[in-house]
Amino acid sequence: MGELVNPKNVIELDHISKTYGDFVAVHDANFSIATGEFFAMLGPSGCGKTTTLKMIAGFEQPTTGRVMLDGVDVSSVPPYKRNVNTVFQQYALFPHMTVFDNVAFGPRSKKIDEKKIKTSVMEMLEIVRLSEFAARKPTQLSGGQQQRVALARALVNYPSALLLDEPLAALDLKLREAMQIELKRIQREVRISFIFVTHDQGEALTMSDRIAVMSQGHVEQIGTPEEIYRTPSSLFVAGFIGSANLLPGTVESHDGDDVVVALQVGATVRAGAKGTAFAIGDKVSVMLRPERIKPAAAVEVQGRGIEGLLTDLVFQGATARLIVRLDDGTEMTCLADSSATMPQIAPGKRITMTWDSDCGFVLAGWPDRAGATSTDFDHIESTL
Amino acid sequence: MTAGVTVSRQIGTNADRVGLGAMLVAAACLVALGAKWVSGPASSVVLLVLALVLIGVLVLALRGGPEARRLLAPYGLLKPGMLWLALFFLAPVWSLLRISLSTKPSRFSVDYNFTWAFENYSNAFKDFGTQFQHAFVYAAIATVLTVLIGYPLAYVIAFRGGKYKNILLGMVVIPFFTSYLIRTIAWSTILADRGFVVRTFDAVGVVRVLEWLQIMDNGKLLNTPAAVIGGLTYNFLPFMLLPIYVSLEKIDTNLVNAAGDLYSSATRAFRKVVLPLSIPGVFAGTLLTFIPAAGDFVNAQFLGNPNTTMIGNSIQDQFLKQNNYPVASAMSAVLMFSIASLVLLYTKIFGTEDLA
Repeated sequence: MGELVNPKNVIELDHISKTYGDFVAVHDANFSIATGEFFAMLGPSGCGKTTTLKMIAGFEQPTTGRVMLDGVDVSSVPPYKRNVNTVFQQYALFPHMTVFDNVAFGPRSKKIDEKKIKTSVMEMLEIVRLSEFAARKPTQLSGGQQQRVALARALVNYPSALLLDEPLAALDLKLREAMQIELKRIQREVRISFIFVTHDQGEALTMSDRIAVMSQGHVEQIGTPEEIYRTPSSLFVAGFIGSANLLPGTVESHDGDDVVVALQVGATVRAGAKGTAFAIGDKVSVMLRPERIKPAAAVEVQGRGIEGLLTDLVFQGATARLIVRLDDGTEMTCLADSSATMPQIAPGKRITMTWDSDCGFVLAGWPDRAGATSTDFDHIESTL
Repeated sequence: MTAGVTVSRQIGTNADRVGLGAMLVAAACLVALGAKWVSGPASSVVLLVLALVLIGVLVLALRGGPEARRLLAPYGLLKPGMLWLALFFLAPVWSLLRISLSTKPSRFSVDYNFTWAFENYSNAFKDFGTQFQHAFVYAAIATVLTVLIGYPLAYVIAFRGGKYKNILLGMVVIPFFTSYLIRTIAWSTILADRGFVVRTFDAVGVVRVLEWLQIMDNGKLLNTPAAVIGGLTYNFLPFMLLPIYVSLEKIDTNLVNAAGDLYSSATRAFRKVVLPLSIPGVFAGTLLTFIPAAGDFVNAQFLGNPNTTMIGNSIQDQFLKQNNYPVASAMSAVLMFSIASLVLLYTKIFGTEDLA
């Protein structure tokens, strides 16, 4: 299948699957990653993202399909002969070696001249801003510094691609946000493809050029963060990336590219469908992002939008989160500019939610639970 | 600062010193009693002092307030161990050294008088040099063998054991629930001249080779140096295996994966990552094996012959059969000090940060 080989692609996964007995960890993953790309594999735990990463690294062999690295089939090549490096979840720094020796480990395995090793190691420590820590042991460093040693240790080998397994999971929130920017900077500096695995959608949206959303071994959607956020391919993606209000209904008619949907909550709305052909009568859901919904006092805009009871108003700094219960019990959330919150909009009052006609997006099928999805982890775990 | 605080501070600092002082006095009392520095009515006085000191500290702790208790606590916690060592280590060592410098008034006497008899030490070296040599050489070879056997075994259990880990460890340890003596005597049956091992060697025809390797002697396996070393190796294997297992168990398998990821073959990953991280276990194991093995007398007695006696056998013989306490004590002292200096030297050369 030579036609698959594209010089711009570092990694090509050619219909790979991985099964453990009856359990399908990864099912028919088929995508490629371009040179210099920051690529995220996103999904809840157990979705197969780490298994996919391990197959690229060589710690696991695909049951079927091929892994192509720089256009060469490496499916059965052991990790130490593949030109990719991994940053492990807990960093896996060698505790008995100094930072310098840790970083020099790869080049020394390759038996490169010790003088050259010294220059390239110091250069890489410079990039991750750890030059003055070269003589320290990993245990004498903070979590963020250990993370950067792990990065330097992998990058010093100038791999075709760098694989990162939940690289920021062990850090606290502040440090994680700082490291997201730092990772992006380092990636731009070294121009190596970064492929990272995460369950944190915020992390994926912030850092990646493209995201592959995975669920239960399947790749649900691949696209830029914006594409995935605006035009998710499935109810799962819509709920997993950001928060969304999913309102079930049936297709009533077509209007150009848009679809007119009769919602179960009583309203009839127009929403975009992005080329997907829906037949009249299809069970669909309309996705509304909370920040696109405009809350208003019920009296002002009678007859338009959806009306409900405001049960809770949570001040979040720049924004306020409004929890609205519709008459049939469906709960919706919307995000409003907190400075513009009006006195008529207070918990216990009835309000109306409206949105511009291009804000709704139609997805096939009905959600398990109508209304607001949360990115709350317990909820996602329990729905899987 | 109020006067009350100053006073309580002073009591506090004093409590610190009182605690240390009380511990040292109590320890000295126990050594005096144990090493027989005092006897007769004087020992009652010492006992009384000991009791008063302990009761005094207790009263101070109960009445002195939280600050005094906080300062007394470490000495209170140290006391059981320290006093135990004073009575059962310091006092006997003192007696041992004293007896080692004593002489017997006559050859058949069981008594001895302290006379600064340093000739006991030169006699110990002169008469028992070979036994010392046997002890250290056999113990050293056995230690090396336990590393060679124990390390791979520990490695397999730690990294490949999976769910059978505990069963495998149990199989190593369970035989040691039987008495040391019984196990050693069992080995004499296994290695006996008509035992299945010798017969198998005979049948296979390797007796000549083993004789050439000095493992067998005149067609015999039992009562050879090899049997003694074999017995030591067998008996001390768990003391080597368990510390190595513990240090290997602690190694994160992701470190091995990381080494592989950084272009290391399995061999290099072992050499550069696993081995260095398991060295503390090997170090602890060699100490736990070599020290008791060098003083062992059971293996040489049941598996050896009169030419393989180790210093432990000679000491036992001098103490229990010849009743020559002075020479036996001198030999014990020499054994103790030579093991201590060997261990110190070993620690200096191979010591890791984690131990010593």
